[in-house]
Amino acid sequence: MKQEIIIAGFGGQGVLSMGKILAYSGLMEGKEVSWMPSYGPEQRGGTANVTVILSDERISSPVLNDYDVVIVLNQPSMDKFESKVKPGGVLIYDGYGIHNPSKRTDIDIFRVDATDAATEMKNSKAFNMIVLGGLLKVRPMVEHENVIAGLKKSLPERHHKLIPMNEMAIQKGMEIIQKI
Amino acid sequence: MAEDIKLMKGNEAIAHAAIRYGCDGYFGYPITPQSEIMETLMEVAPWETTGMVVLQAESEVAAINMVYGGAGCGKAVMTSSSSPGVSLKQEGISYLAGAELPALIVNVMRGGPGLGTIQPSQADYFQTVKGGGHGDYKLIALAPSSVQEMADFVKLGFDLAFKYNNPAIILADGIVGQMMEKVVLPEQQPRRTEEEVRKQCPWASLGKTSERKRNVITSLELDSAAMERNNIRFQAKYREIEENEVRYEEINCDGADYLLIAFGSSARICQKTIEIAAQEGVKLGLLRPITLWPFPTKEIKHRGNFVKGILVMELNAGQMVEDVRLAIEGAVPVEHYGRLGGIVPDPSEVWDAMKQKLNINICNKQIHNVPELETISEESMQEVISNLNKMTP
Repeated sequence: MKQEIIIAGFGGQGVLSMGKILAYSGLMEGKEVSWMPSYGPEQRGGTANVTVILSDERISSPVLNDYDVVIVLNQPSMDKFESKVKPGGVLIYDGYGIHNPSKRTDIDIFRVDATDAATEMKNSKAFNMIVLGGLLKVRPMVEHENVIAGLKKSLPERHHKLIPMNEMAIQKGMEIIQKI
Repeated sequence: MAEDIKLMKGNEAIAHAAIRYGCDGYFGYPITPQSEIMETLMEVAPWETTGMVVLQAESEVAAINMVYGGAGCGKAVMTSSSSPGVSLKQEGISYLAGAELPALIVNVMRGGPGLGTIQPSQADYFQTVKGGGHGDYKLIALAPSSVQEMADFVKLGFDLAFKYNNPAIILADGIVGQMMEKVVLPEQQPRRTEEEVRKQCPWASLGKTSERKRNVITSLELDSAAMERNNIRFQAKYREIEENEVRYEEINCDGADYLLIAFGSSARICQKTIEIAAQEGVKLGLLRPITLWPFPTKEIKHRGNFVKGILVMELNAGQMVEDVRLAIEGAVPVEHYGRLGGIVPDPSEVWDAMKQKLNINICNKQIHNVPELETISEESMQEVISNLNKMTP
C-alpha cells in the first residue's frame, strides 16, 4: 500500500505542519514516509506545498508527477494541482478559498469547509487539523491512535496541552467533509 | 516501532550525526537551504554534553579558516554551506588539501550561478570533483541520496578524511537537505582525548614535545623541487584512494536494456523512472555513484557492455555526463538530461526525455522510411544504417 499526497495552499495556513503530522502518524504506524516541502520565501504569504508519501515499501522518488490525494486550500493551488490527481484519486478542497472548483469526473471530489468551521470554533489554528480530519475520513490511511501519537511526536512538549483541541478539530473535519 | 527511528530533515540528520560522531567543532555561516544544520546544533547545544564547539563565524571565509586551524590541531572539525558560500570557501579548501589536513565540508547545493536561487541543484559537481580551488588536488566527495545517508556520511566522511589526511565533502542538494525521512542515528561516540589525538595525528600542531621536532602545518613550499615532491606524494595518495574507496549503488542493473546514471536526489527521481518505464515494458537500470570522486569509472565501463544506451540525469546542464563519457569511451550512446536553476524534473519527464534522446521505440512498430534501392545515395544509406542501429529489437 502506498499513498502519495500533496497538500497545497497559502504559506501560514499550516500546510507544512499538517503534512508533518501526517508523516509522523505514518512513522508511528511503522510505514516508510517521506515529507518534501516547498521551502524558502514561499513559506510566508506565497504558495506553499508539501508532498507526503506513506508506503509499506521503500520510497523511491520524493518528487512525483501525480498523486493519489490532492488537498488544495486556495485557488492557485487548485489551478496548479487539479490535473495532477491520478484517475480514481481524491481531490479535497476548502470551500472558502475556491471559486472555481474542479470539473473532473474521473476522480472523487470532496469539499471540507474548514475555514468556516475554524471560525465557528473560534480558533483559526484548528484549520489544518479540520482538513486533516476530512482526509482521514475519506482515506483512512493511518489509525486514529497513531495520529494522536504523531501529534505528540511532532509538537514540542510545551504544546501538548493543545492536543485535545487538535483531536476535536480532526473530529470536526470528519463530520463536515462532503462528497461533491 | 523501535524507539531510535526518527523522522527528520537531512540537514538535521547531519547535525545530530556530527555530534554523535564526536566531532570537535563546527564553524559555519547561515545560508538556505542548509541553515538547519547550524540551527539544530545550536538547539542541541553539544558544548554542554560532548564539549563540541559550535560557532557562527563572521563569514564563510572565516569559517573555513577556523576549520583549517582546528584540523591543524588534529581535531575533527567541519563546516557547511550552500553553493555561493562554498565558492567563498574554495581558497581554504585548497589550503586544507595542500596542507594534507582532514576535515569535513558539507555543500547543500542550490541553483546558480551567482547568488542564483535557493531551490535544489547539482550544478556544483565540477567545482567539487574537478578542483574548485587552485592546484592539483582532490576532495573525497560523497553524494547522499537519502536522509539516512546524510547521517551516515558524516562518519564515513570523517573516517576517510583521517585515513588519508585529506578533506572530504558531502555534496548534497536542497532536496535531501530539506526533506524528512526516517533515520536511525549512529551511536554516540566519545570525542577523542588529547592523548588519542596526539597518537592518531602525530603531525598535529599541539605544542612541541621534547621527543620530536616542531610540527609545521602549511601548504607553502617555495622550493619548487620540494613542491613537486609534495605533489607527487599527493598524486600517489589520490591513486590509492581511487583504488580503494570507490562506492556506488546498482539498482535493477542486471538484464537492463538501458542505464540511468544519477547521483544524490536525482537518483531517487530515477528510481521512480524505472518503475514508469517498466509499465511500458522497458527494463531500465540505475547506477548511482556514491563517491563522485573517486568516480566509479571501471564499474560504469563494465555496465556499458550490457546496455544499448545511457542517460545521465543531473540537476545541471551536463557535468557528470562528461565523466560517464570518459568511462564509456564511445561504446554506447551517452545522453544527458537535466533541469537548471532550481527546477526539479518529475520522474515521467525523465522517461520521456530518455525515450526521445536514446530513440527508445516502445511499440516497436515504427517503420523507418527506406528509400528505393536504385535511387539510394551514399548519404541516405548512412541515414538508414544509423536508423537501423537505433532501432530496438
